[in-house]
Amino acid sequence: MLSNTVQYLIHAFWHVLEHAFQRLGRSHIFLFHIILGIPSVLVRPLLLTKQIYMVGVLSLIIIIVSGMFVGGVLALQLYYELLKFGAENSLGVLNAISLVRELGPVVSGLLFSGRACSALAAEIGLMKATEQLSGMEMMAIDPIKRVIAPRFMAGIISMPILAITFSTLGIIGGHLIGVDLLGIDEGAFWSQMQDKVSFSSDVMNGVIKSIAFGFVATWIALYQGYDAVPTSEGVSRATTKTVVYASLAILALDFVLTALMYGEI
Amino acid sequence: MQKSKLMEVWVGIFAFIGIAGLVFLAYEVSSLSHSTSENTYSVSAKFTNIGGLKPRAPITISGVKIGEVVSISYDQDIYEAVVIMALEKQYDKLPEDTSASIFTAGLLGEQYIGLDPGGAEDYLEEGSEIDITQSAIVLEKVIGEFLFSQTADEGEE
Repeated sequence: MLSNTVQYLIHAFWHVLEHAFQRLGRSHIFLFHIILGIPSVLVRPLLLTKQIYMVGVLSLIIIIVSGMFVGGVLALQLYYELLKFGAENSLGVLNAISLVRELGPVVSGLLFSGRACSALAAEIGLMKATEQLSGMEMMAIDPIKRVIAPRFMAGIISMPILAITFSTLGIIGGHLIGVDLLGIDEGAFWSQMQDKVSFSSDVMNGVIKSIAFGFVATWIALYQGYDAVPTSEGVSRATTKTVVYASLAILALDFVLTALMYGEI
Repeated sequence: MQKSKLMEVWVGIFAFIGIAGLVFLAYEVSSLSHSTSENTYSVSAKFTNIGGLKPRAPITISGVKIGEVVSISYDQDIYEAVVIMALEKQYDKLPEDTSASIFTAGLLGEQYIGLDPGGAEDYLEEGSEIDITQSAIVLEKVIGEFLFSQTADEGEE
């Protein structure tokens, strides 16, 4: 009796594990196919332009607005804490470093996965559900080259631009709150920032992070859409999974990248 | 056709925003604009104790920043720390007997090197060494000495 239950549990566990590995394997084969399809995107730049418009340009508004607000709130919070130590002039440095290193790439990555990746998954899932993808295959057009690869490239190109925009607007927002509203000395704000923020190790690492986030989030979105069950419920689940998995992947990857870049763990 | 042209314009604006943001981060936020690797000459100095001095710490003269610390190493033959500094080329009239001291900016602030010009006729140049140095004041040491002198006074009474 007991041995039967144990056997059943082991079997169920193996079943779950097998499925997990199958999905992992499929997603990697899918990634390999996308990478093989990238050269054909370079031949047709117009496809890429359209996808950059859909993925990047249309995400600009939310990135700009939230960048301003995040930078402003950060400055406001830091100001009252720093005032206790009489170090309110370091507000610019702290604001800039936290934005450039962490908040810029991560928050814009999360917004990107909510705003753009969900749309990608839904679009591709619906293409699959309405058999547009198999229709393309019938016409001897590779849907991975025609549909998936341009979106993948667009995600990787757009994400660093969005992260840079976020950081820039965040610093401007911090300047608005810190200097214009709370009255920190403008010279101290900029000069301390320029002294302490290094281009190669702070700004560039943030850019590298955002490229990695764009890669992972777009990959997850495209895979979930491509692999969706072709029903309305399947598409909705693919969209949900995309946002959840992409956000978790970004946060986990951020930890790993930060440990690699700044810490000696 | 009109629509796709508009789209291209927007993508162009998007790319421009990205480049402008990167330039802003490079020249306004970080110190790429005054990266002093080209127009500097390096000078070394030996200190018995550098306290909390770090590479990239500023080097000032009369309070004006004229360079930064490039590297800090420990020479185990003479038991002293060797600090290599990069000074901007435009400040090339520092007398050879200039002295260097490590100061702290504010109570909790970072440490920096302050230079005091001497009276020699020759000037510091690439590779020369500052002989007169004053180590960092380590707060614990000062407090320890103060306590020691206090208890010594009490013992005399």
